[in-house]
Amino acid sequence: MTQLALVIDLNVCVGCHACVTSCKEWNTSGPAGAMSDDNPYDKDPTGTFFNRVQTYEIGTFPKTETLHFPKSCLHCEDAPCVPVCPTGASYKREEDGIVLVNYDKCIGCKYCSWACPYGAREFDEHQKVMKKCTLCVDRIYDESLPENERKPACVMSCPTSARLFGDVHDSESEVSIAIRENAGYQLMPEWGTNPSNHYLPRRKTKLHYHEDELQRADNPLNKEHSVDPVDAPTLDDSTSW
Amino acid sequence: MHPAFSVVFLTTLIGTGQGLFLALFSAQAYSELNLLPSMSDTSFFGMGSVLALVFLVTGLIASVFHLGHPERAWRAASQWRTSWLSREVIALPFMMLMIFIYGVMHLFGLDAVIYSDTSGNHFSYSLIVAGSLAMVAAFILFICTGMIYACIKFLQEWATPLTVINYALFGLASGFTCAAGFSSFYNAPELTKFFAIWAVVLTVVVLVTRLASLYRNSRIKHKSSMKTAIGVRHNQIQQKSMGMQGGSYNTREYFHGKTAAFIKSVKYIFLVLVFPLPVILLIAGLGTADTMLLVAAFVVQFIGLIFERWFFFAQANHPQNLYYQTV
Repeated sequence: MTQLALVIDLNVCVGCHACVTSCKEWNTSGPAGAMSDDNPYDKDPTGTFFNRVQTYEIGTFPKTETLHFPKSCLHCEDAPCVPVCPTGASYKREEDGIVLVNYDKCIGCKYCSWACPYGAREFDEHQKVMKKCTLCVDRIYDESLPENERKPACVMSCPTSARLFGDVHDSESEVSIAIRENAGYQLMPEWGTNPSNHYLPRRKTKLHYHEDELQRADNPLNKEHSVDPVDAPTLDDSTSW
Repeated sequence: MHPAFSVVFLTTLIGTGQGLFLALFSAQAYSELNLLPSMSDTSFFGMGSVLALVFLVTGLIASVFHLGHPERAWRAASQWRTSWLSREVIALPFMMLMIFIYGVMHLFGLDAVIYSDTSGNHFSYSLIVAGSLAMVAAFILFICTGMIYACIKFLQEWATPLTVINYALFGLASGFTCAAGFSSFYNAPELTKFFAIWAVVLTVVVLVTRLASLYRNSRIKHKSSMKTAIGVRHNQIQQKSMGMQGGSYNTREYFHGKTAAFIKSVKYIFLVLVFPLPVILLIAGLGTADTMLLVAAFVVQFIGLIFERWFFFAQANHPQNLYYQTV
């Protein structure tokens, strides 16, 4: 079984919001209709997005670290938003595990958004239906695109390649290897939703010096003063043959 | 959560409608078993059903305002295998249809006795057929309504059997209080006494279960934290940006947007309006046989229930709020 998903490397993300704008651009121009905005150039702008980049500060000054955190639908393997839908508009595709909303069946009761612990769904105030990340389902299977462009818009646009896309059920896929080898983790594992999207943690590149690595044993400057005391026991003294 | 008035009115109104019907049903069952004198005015159960249907239809109309596409609402009956909301969408109209048939049988004299014995106990079609089906549907509907909220396990304030119990008991209590006021118009002191005493009992029982849920929620330990939300093991995590400037659906739908003092005042208002005041009014109304006191008991309790339901929604803390801390 296939489960398409994103793997987001928090070690690489620089928080540029390119994935946010690229997602909005692709999906607002798609066949499902615009993702509406209100007051885009005015006070209190608001609108529907599938993807957001948030910023967190970890620690207290001066020991702080900034973390940029892209957040979109995690396409959970046990998606809690799907069974609660009264109309069947919310569904998880058998063939690739993408969680989608059929905008023609959605009655806009918002129950699915209550049933998502991650707040991944956003209600479109103009179309009056629930919207969410589609993993660019209208892009990744589009054979009119060159094969290397059949990826979600956010993955295409990421300038630092912080976003990987692939099948997390295939052990040898790029995403599975990244999760396996770089300690990929899921969000809020306590709810048993088993999110397909994984995050790779911040990883510090550190060099560990040992004391003796700082002192050259064969430093020619030290050659003339023997470090060994003259009366130190020799090998013959300490060994009985 | 942000309490939506459409849902506040839906749940309180249909709860009262269900409770009122169950009050009528139990009164008819009692009188057919000769535990209560039978009603001299035959229109009582019919008009009572009409009143119950008024509550139910008003609740249904309120729910329409919650939907983005009410014209597609018929689709909501399709996922009854998995969705409690879908089950509610089936149980509610079915119950309304049965109450309608029950009312029509009483209003138009279409009722007949199925069975009677020598001591005068008897059962009529309205009670056994339409009434029983509506009664079962009403209880199923209480479970559906409660489970819609109780089944979301990460809304920890709701994920308890007390949610279902409270929905059912609040509906029954307000329904019986309504029935006490309604029956006093029919000058049937025995029946009024029956309804009023049960209304007091139910109100006291639901006070116990509601206090239990308030106590439970006051010491709840939330399983999700900033650590699990973004997966960083650090006790000091501060959000600097939510990813948008002017708010979004996520900042509107899941926050009540009121101060802690406001929430607390709503709690005390409902604790006074739902429990002690109606009980005092019911007992006073029963003692003085004053219709207006009994009606006032219902009105006060129903207003209190609107506060209670608002508080119920506002108190639930959605884990997605962890991602939106700079609201």
